[in-house]
This record gives sequence, C-alpha cells and structure tokens, in this order.
Amino acid sequence: MSLKYFHNLHLMIFSALFVFASPMHADWFALNMTRGVTDISNEVFELHMLIFWICVVIGVVVFSVMFYSMYAHTKKKNPVAASFHENHKLEIAWTIVPFLILIAMAVPASKTLVKIYDDEAGDVNIQVTGYQWKWQYNYLEDDISFFSNLSTDMDEINNLVPKGEHYLQEVDEMVVIPAGKKVRFLITANDVIHSWWMPAFAIKQDAIPGFVNTAWTKVDKPGVYRGKCTELCGKNHGFMPIVVKVVEQEEYNQWVDEKKQAAIKMAELTTKDWTAQELVERGESVYAVNCVACHQTNGQGIPGIFPALAGSDIVMNQKDKNIEILMEGVQGAAMNSFSYLSEVELAAVITYTRQSWGNAENGDGEIVVPKDIVDYKKPKI
Amino acid sequence: MSAVIENHHDDHHHGPAKGLTRWLYTTNHKDIGTLYLWFSFAMFLIGGAMALVIRAELFQPGMQIVEPEFYNQMITLHGLIMIFGGVMPAFVGLANWLVPMMIGAPDMALPRMNNLSFWILPFAFFILLSSLFMEGGAPNFGWTFYAPLSTTYAPPSVTFFIFSVHIMGASSIMGAINVVVTIMNMRAPGVTLMKMPLFVWSWLITAYLLIAVMPVLAGAVTMMLMDIHFGTSFFNAAGGGDPVLFQHIFWFFGHPEVYIMILPAFGIVSHIIETFSRKQLFGYSSMVWAMLSIAILSFVVWAHHMFTVGLPLAAELFFMWATMLIAVPTGVKVFNWVATMFKGSLTFETPMLFAIAFVVLFTIGGLSGLMLAIVPADFQYHDTYFVVAHFHYVLVPGAIFSIMAAVYYWIPKWSGNMYDERLGKLHFWLSFIGVNVTFFPQHFIGLAGMPRRYPDYALQFADWNMVSSVGAFLFGVSQILFLFIVVKTVMGGKKATDQVWEGARGLEWTVASPAPYHTFTTPPKVD
Repeated sequence: MSLKYFHNLHLMIFSALFVFASPMHADWFALNMTRGVTDISNEVFELHMLIFWICVVIGVVVFSVMFYSMYAHTKKKNPVAASFHENHKLEIAWTIVPFLILIAMAVPASKTLVKIYDDEAGDVNIQVTGYQWKWQYNYLEDDISFFSNLSTDMDEINNLVPKGEHYLQEVDEMVVIPAGKKVRFLITANDVIHSWWMPAFAIKQDAIPGFVNTAWTKVDKPGVYRGKCTELCGKNHGFMPIVVKVVEQEEYNQWVDEKKQAAIKMAELTTKDWTAQELVERGESVYAVNCVACHQTNGQGIPGIFPALAGSDIVMNQKDKNIEILMEGVQGAAMNSFSYLSEVELAAVITYTRQSWGNAENGDGEIVVPKDIVDYKKPKI
Repeated sequence: MSAVIENHHDDHHHGPAKGLTRWLYTTNHKDIGTLYLWFSFAMFLIGGAMALVIRAELFQPGMQIVEPEFYNQMITLHGLIMIFGGVMPAFVGLANWLVPMMIGAPDMALPRMNNLSFWILPFAFFILLSSLFMEGGAPNFGWTFYAPLSTTYAPPSVTFFIFSVHIMGASSIMGAINVVVTIMNMRAPGVTLMKMPLFVWSWLITAYLLIAVMPVLAGAVTMMLMDIHFGTSFFNAAGGGDPVLFQHIFWFFGHPEVYIMILPAFGIVSHIIETFSRKQLFGYSSMVWAMLSIAILSFVVWAHHMFTVGLPLAAELFFMWATMLIAVPTGVKVFNWVATMFKGSLTFETPMLFAIAFVVLFTIGGLSGLMLAIVPADFQYHDTYFVVAHFHYVLVPGAIFSIMAAVYYWIPKWSGNMYDERLGKLHFWLSFIGVNVTFFPQHFIGLAGMPRRYPDYALQFADWNMVSSVGAFLFGVSQILFLFIVVKTVMGGKKATDQVWEGARGLEWTVASPAPYHTFTTPPKVD
C-alpha cells in the first residue's frame, strides 16, 4: 500500500517535472519576427530587417573602436594618455551622419505607414469587440455574431495532462475570412482596453471602450493564423487568443450559410418549453465559458473582488433582480452586462446558478426560462 | 581671517548626533544621502524578489507557482518599486552626497525639506506594500495603470496606491527643488555653469524634468481618484470620458520620467570614464548640450508609447520622427565616451567595468529603442517581450549599473575604506553575465511573438524563457554579494587616500577620506 503510494507520488512528480510541464518542441530557433502572409506584413518584415542591420552595423563600428581602445590603450601599453579633446569637424560629422541615417530609415517607414493607414471599407467588414476575457466577432454584412473563447483545457494549464500543439493558441470558434478579399476590422471593447494582434497580418490595434479603431488585411493564402491579446486587461489577459481561418470564397459562402441556419435554430429554441433539468445542463456550459473566471466553479467568487453566487440572496430569492443584473451589469463594478448572450443562454445560466451550490434548497428555487428574458427585453411602460 | 572662521565653526559644530535620532532628525546632506541609498537598496531587493517570482512562474509553460491574479500584482509592484523606490531614490541619494561636494557647497540649500523628502518615502512604500495584504489584493493593473482597468475594474487597494503615488511625487518634487536651489545658489566662487561637473549638470536637468512632470502624474492619479470615488468620468467612456486621455497624460509624465532615470547615469559614467582613462572628457560642452536636447525632446515624444491606440496618421508620423531624433544627441554622448577612452591610459577597476558595460549595453538598449520608434515595425513589437528587453537594457545595465558604478567609485570617499577589488570584479562579472542571460533572449521571445504581462505562454517560447529565468536568478543572487561587499567596506578595509583614484578630478577628491561630516564650510577656491 505505502509502496504503491510512494510509486504514484514518484510518478506524479516525475511527470510534472519532465513530461507535462516541459515543452513538446525545441524552439531554440524561434529568434526573429516572422514574415507573415500579407503584402503589408512582408513590407513590415523587410523594414524590421533593414533597421536591424543598420543598428548592427552602428553597434559593430562603435564597439570596435571602443574594444580596440580597451586593448591598445591600456595603462600598460600607453602609460601617458593623449591630451586631445574637442574637435569640431569630428563633432559635426557625428551629428550629421546619424541624422542622414535616420532619414534613410524614416522614408521607407513613413511610406509603409501611409499604406497601412487606408481606412476605406473592405469587402467584408467585421466588428471585433474585446471582453474580459474573450473576443466577439460581428460580421456587419451578414449579421453573423459569435464569441471566440480559449479552448485549451484547464488541466493543460495546471500541468495535469500533456500540453497540446496549440496550447493557449486555440479557440472554440475561429474567425473565418475569405482569401484574396479586403477584410476590414472595426475594433472596440466592452469593458477595459484590449489589443487585437495578428502577427501574420502585421495588425495590432488597441480595442478601447468608446472608440472604434480600424485595421484591414488581404490574405491570399488560405490557412489558420494565430494571434493574441496584447494589452493588459486583467486576470486572464494571457488566455484570450485570436485564431483566424482564411478560406477560399466558396468555402466562406458555405460557412456564412451555416452560421445563418444556426442562428435560426437558436431562435426556435427560445420558444421551446424548457425543463429545469435541460436549462441547468445547458447553463453549466454557459457558466463555464462566461462566469467561472470571476465567480469560480464553486460559485464562491474571490473575496474582496468578485462576489460569491453561492448563498447570495439575489441568486436565491430575487429572480427579477437576478435577470436585471445580467442584462444591465453592475455600475462601477467589474460585472458587465451580458445582454449580448442569447435568451436561451441567459435563462440557462441564471437557472444554473439558482439551482446549484445549495441555492435551490436554501432559496425559492425558481427557474428562469427564455421567455422571461424576452419579456424583460420588451419596452417597459 | 579664514582661519578664524574655521575655528568659530569648530566650536559650534559637533559630529553627528548619537543613535537613531541622528538619522531621524538629520539635516546633513551626507546622512540623508546615505539614508536614500540604503532605502533604495532595500527596495531593489524587494522589487527584485518580485521579479524572481515572475521569472520562476515563467520558467516553464503552464501555471505552477502563482495564480494569474497574483502574477499581475507582482508585475505591477515590481515596476513601481523598482522605478519609484529603487532607481529614483538611489539617484537622489547620490545627488545628496555629491552635488554639494562637487560644487563646493557646505550642504543642500534646504536641509529640513531634505529630511522631509526622504522620511515620507518609507511611508509611501509601506502603504504600497501593505496593499498586498488587503482584501482584493495589491494593484494589479501594471505600473502604467491604464484606465479603466485601474479605475472601474481596479481592486479596492487602488485608493492606497493613489495616496502612495502622491507621497512619492511630493518627495520627488521636494528633492528636485532642493537640487535646483542648491546648484543655482550655492556654487563656490569660480564654479560657473559651464565648469560644473557633468553629474551636477545631469542632475540640474533631471530636477527640472521632475518639477515639470511629477505634478502631471499627480494630476493623473487625482483624476483616477475622482473617477473611482466622486462619480466623475474623466476616463470612463460610458460617462463621456476618454480612456485614451489617461494614456496621453500618463506618458506626458512617463517619457520624461524615462530620462529622469537615465540622465544622472550619463553624468556618473562620464566621470568614471574620464578618471580611468586618465584623460579629459572629449567634449564637455557637447555633452551638456546633448543632455539638454534629450531633455527637451523628451516632452514631444510621449505618444510613441501609444502607436497602437489609433492615433491619426499625422500624429504617428510626427511622433515617429521626433522619437528618431533623440538618437542624434544620444549618439553624441556615446561617441564622446568612446573618444574619451581613445588613446587614454586605461585601467579596469570595478567602477570602470560597470561604466564600460553601461556604454555597451545602454547602446544596445538605445538601438532597440530606435527600432521601436519605427511605427510599422512597432505594430509588431509593441507590448511584446521585445519592449521588455529594450527597457530592461536601458534600466538594468543602464541606470542600475551606473548606480553600482557610482557606489564603487565614491564609496572610498564616503567610508574612507577601499572596497575589495577582487570581490567587486566578481560582482561585476556575475551581474554582467546575469543581466545578458536574462534580457538578451527576451528580444527573441518578443520577436517570435510573446506578449508582455503574460503569466503563461505558448510552447514555442519555452526554451528562451527558461534561459531568461536562469539568468534572472543568477543576477538576483549576485546582488547579495554586492550587499556583502558594501557592508565589508563600510566596516573596514584598506584606508583610502584623499585622491582615491589616480585620474580623479573634482572638488570631492580634495577633501579627506572619509569625507568629514561638514565639508566646504568655507567655499574652496576654484580657478
């Protein structure tokens, strides 16, 4: 018994140290920026390399003179120092020459920047909204809207199982865009500032509440491209990746149709008669995606920052107030409005919190059905 | 006549008071300088310990040691403590010790304010650090505390953070006023502006920068306070406010702040290179003009920290060009140091090693800064580890190496004892290797695409993160050696001569070692 226990412990420590936590690939050669897949990203890469090499040359020249002095002008070899100082020609030269080098850098940099700053409408226009801690994509022409969440398993993050190839760079729903078309992103945020970075397209634009920033791309090569949030946005800043899938036009059209069908199905679900059990099952997954980061799996929240739902009077006894908080958010607190979720999702997640952690036993146990949300949304007199 | 005056002084001035009150009530610039230096070293160790928590978590992918929430508190406090508690007070300490001795003044112009500006600092940091134990935890929004993450979404401890920043700001402003008044009014006859040692010049400029921008920081945190507690909406878009306004205000403070942390280093390094090259500085006046140009330019480049917030094209172009211009005076400084060493008669004592490392590594940091100024490329670099590598290169082997160089260079004058040269060199090499192993790979990690302020990362960044963490622990542990060397020197050791270094020039080397409690009670004669 004890031997087996020891053996298990041994195995756990070993696996934690050497298998699960250690990287799957050796990437000693991930040293430089990548070229990316658009004309702009290639231009940016060339610019980066140009300036990098200019800097290397400057460094090598300056340091060579310095290292030569350190070698040749030591006290041993040169007991008496020279006494020269100030030389106007030299001083003018080392002011003018750097200035000329700077101009040589500024010209191509400014040209590329002007190209990037083209804010005409695209063939496809997508509104990107940053939330703590996920991205929402709204296809303006096709009325498609969905959220994109990190899909990496918590067990991988906590080193309990081996990490997959796309660890922290995978999402439950990718942004799909057509190849060869100009796609414009209108980037904003719902709560704090985020930043939408897609290295392969050389796009990085801050997503700022109250502002709409634009960026555009035209990708010719179909493929899956991965990016990240690059503005500190709270606890899970490192856990809201971006994945863009570029497909040929036909495949894109097909995808758009599928998304539209799915939206119709969702609308039908709203009118269906729901049992508490069905809602709880559905609500659990909604909770896992939207609520768990703050309110925690056990509904206890984090004392001082995020309030507990388990044992909360609102969640146990005040159904209307409960709906109102999810629809409107809480002023001056981290709790935002979740009115962007579907009626089914909202009803399910509220019911889930009202039925879990002993809340049903200690409270009134009432459930919320999609119709309640629809009623809430109706204009009040 | 002068002998009579000196006797008069001897009758009334005793040495320092005994015990704790010496330090609490002191108005002596040397005592206050010592207090500042020890305080900053304590903060350096605390901030460093936080850096090691960060590097330990990043040693491998996955969450191992801390929660993301606590990780964010660590990055925030690490930055705030190192900047406001480590680097800035260390430079103020050096100014206190050196400025009066360098210009032949008996003390700082405003000694009681000097005492006050130091003694409010421990309270500021006590308040800041105590927030770690508050409900909701310490500030977790990064040292740049962008709204609305630092207002609507902040933990309750943000109010304590704001109070603490106010105290730090008041301390800095008082310290800066003191430096300006001292330099402007108390120079010995013959010490004209263009004869002042470069360290004094660098601090004069730094002090003006501090007076100009610390009130701006105070304004920013006050607006935050209003947003949080009094229902205003300066930075809240939902109330008609503007989150980007916060960034403009913050960086209008923040960019001059960057130079506040490097200008005194320029002064220090100039003195040390001159001394150990046994050769006059190549271009004194061009060094002064270069520092002045850098200081003035620092007010018109702030938005290069904000290239991705969606500025209009014209603004992006302006801030890119203005930022690139800074390379010109910075180049002038580097070329001057190299030209000073050229055909000198060089020896490589510990201060010189740190100064040479400063020139090389600061230049690397400067060149990566030039790369960051290029807006299209910055779209790829911004907020990645490339930026982290850049500013750590200018702050650690830049500002902090210069402070260490200064300590080794002047400690014989302060304590009257020589430090242990072999240990000093060992400390240098461990720090030099540690710094480069830590921060050089962060260039790679950043270019390969890892954003900063991430508690966990994708697998392709694993190898170099591991190397960086190993370097950080090497660097961290080496600083214990530094503490040991300093304590050993203060306790005893080979007696230092008054001149200390063969090539040293300047008034501070004309007084006894250790420097008497009161120096230049009568102004020295300067030609």
